[in-house]
Amino acid sequence: MYILKLLLRNAFRHKLRTALTILGVTIAILSFGLLRTFINAWYSGAEASSASRLVTRNATSIIFTLPLAYKDKIRQVDGVKLISWGNWFGGIYIEEKNFFANYAVEAKSYIELYSEYVLPQDQKEAFFRDRRGCFVGRKLAERFHWKIGDIIPLKGTIFPGNWEFVLRGIYYGKNEIADETVFFFHWDYLNEALKKRGSIFADQVGFYMIGVKDPNRAAEVAQAIDRTFKNSLAETLTETEKAFVLSFISMSNAIIVAIQLVSFVVIIIIIAVAANTMAMTARERIGEYAIFKTLGYRGWRIGGMIVGESLLITMIGCLLGIALTPPATAVFRKLLGAYFPGFTVKLETVYMALAASILVGLCAAIIPTWRAVSIRIADGLRRIG
Amino acid sequence: MENKAPIVEIEHVNKSYHRGTHTIPVLVDINLDIAEGEFLALMGPSGSGKSTLLNLIAALDHLDSGLIKVGGVDITVLSETELAAWRAVNVGFIFQFYNLIPVLTAFENVELPLLLTGLSRRERRTHVELALQVVNLASRMDHYPGQLSGGEQQRVAIARAIVTDPTILVADEPTGDLDRVAAEEILDLMDRLNRESGKTIIMVTHDPRAAKKAHNIRYLDKGILNNVHSQAAP
Repeated sequence: MYILKLLLRNAFRHKLRTALTILGVTIAILSFGLLRTFINAWYSGAEASSASRLVTRNATSIIFTLPLAYKDKIRQVDGVKLISWGNWFGGIYIEEKNFFANYAVEAKSYIELYSEYVLPQDQKEAFFRDRRGCFVGRKLAERFHWKIGDIIPLKGTIFPGNWEFVLRGIYYGKNEIADETVFFFHWDYLNEALKKRGSIFADQVGFYMIGVKDPNRAAEVAQAIDRTFKNSLAETLTETEKAFVLSFISMSNAIIVAIQLVSFVVIIIIIAVAANTMAMTARERIGEYAIFKTLGYRGWRIGGMIVGESLLITMIGCLLGIALTPPATAVFRKLLGAYFPGFTVKLETVYMALAASILVGLCAAIIPTWRAVSIRIADGLRRIG
Repeated sequence: MENKAPIVEIEHVNKSYHRGTHTIPVLVDINLDIAEGEFLALMGPSGSGKSTLLNLIAALDHLDSGLIKVGGVDITVLSETELAAWRAVNVGFIFQFYNLIPVLTAFENVELPLLLTGLSRRERRTHVELALQVVNLASRMDHYPGQLSGGEQQRVAIARAIVTDPTILVADEPTGDLDRVAAEEILDLMDRLNRESGKTIIMVTHDPRAAKKAHNIRYLDKGILNNVHSQAAP
């Protein structure tokens, strides 16, 4: 108690300096928290993926399609429970800046496969009845203020033309990481239009989504599917949904690495700031440390006072930074939620911020502690007066 | 007093400082015995080595050669850790600039040395209150150093020095930063501690009035302890 009192009083001896250092740590921890949350959000799609789902795509590249006829052969592979399929539509809503993911999917099987997307029964039935119907995530509907029954026009990029859809349902996620920003419509609607146009993309699918009976046999089932189409014109590559999502994320790996580096650079900068504060403090108090030594205090006790003060300052800043991270994240979620569905602070981020703050506190105290402990008493006393 | 066994024994002590390639002798072959209960004043011009000698006696600095025993313990062979523990028990310090910790109250400043002992909180309180009563500052125990006058701060420093009941009290220019009245009060207090409690006091001073309170005065000049001037205790 006595030591804590001494640490508190010492820490706030120079109120402005301490306040500015705490502010610096707070901003650093807030920045660190936001950057880590951003990185987590980037990976949220992979986290949201199910272990019991596989994705089959063209082995050459994702941009090449697979024949619709594959569905029956895949269905016959041992271990396959359910199969759905779809295409990345790539439609633009009014302007390119309004980007959101939009897919044409075989709706009945897709909804069954994605049980984490909850669509009210009446809306589900309305969607199934309407060929032009679509259903969207809650966040996406909020973003554009869409209501059930609204006509939503999309300008096709991969499939040219102006497409109109009627909003028949708004789904919500069963859990926080479920993506509520996606737009789905009937694959049949797209396919019939392509057939009418005589497009080469008719009866072609971008990917198959496969539900497996036993997640433990997912790898085995994936191999069996790929073996089925070995040496065909369109060989397949089947992987878990997580691996599929991660392969997309890896395309932007350089950006993620850069953000990760920045998050750690922020911590290094604040170590320098805190170390400067503690160095100034120790230099001013070198005489006092000599007095403590004179009274019989040993080096580790004096070092403990400096480390304790350093940790106190950084932990106050850390706690403020952690406390501010959720509200700041909420603001970012409002702005970026449509792009990053999982923009929420994870407990792991809080632990990392705490660990970073302890690291800052300890590193900042190293040199001042060494100076205070190593100075000769007579030299320290000479600095007084 | 002459018959009492020496509490401090100094034999052939040499100490020098190094400035680059130069070696500056500060103390040269010092021999001195200080009896238990003695009040000794060390005088001499600036740079004569009196504060250095005081620091050596109090184990705040290391000598080049020689021997210093305090209470029969050869402090020149002790490690830093052992010296820290030894100082906590055996030496009370009184400095020119009081050297109180500004963020601690008078009570807390006096309590500092006791935190290294195994005393309970209640026992520490009893000791601190007693020490503050001795220096007549019990009523100001909750004041911070900045709220006290120079004389009062020095009295708190004296309370801190005596609270562990050390073997010796060392004082380096204890009245150097005080006005005449406050200086007189401090000297009277030290005199009382010596006479009533039998404390051995070694005091470095420039001030002849302060030195007059001592039983013995020893002069240092250019690192050499020369003539002895004894005076009767008042």
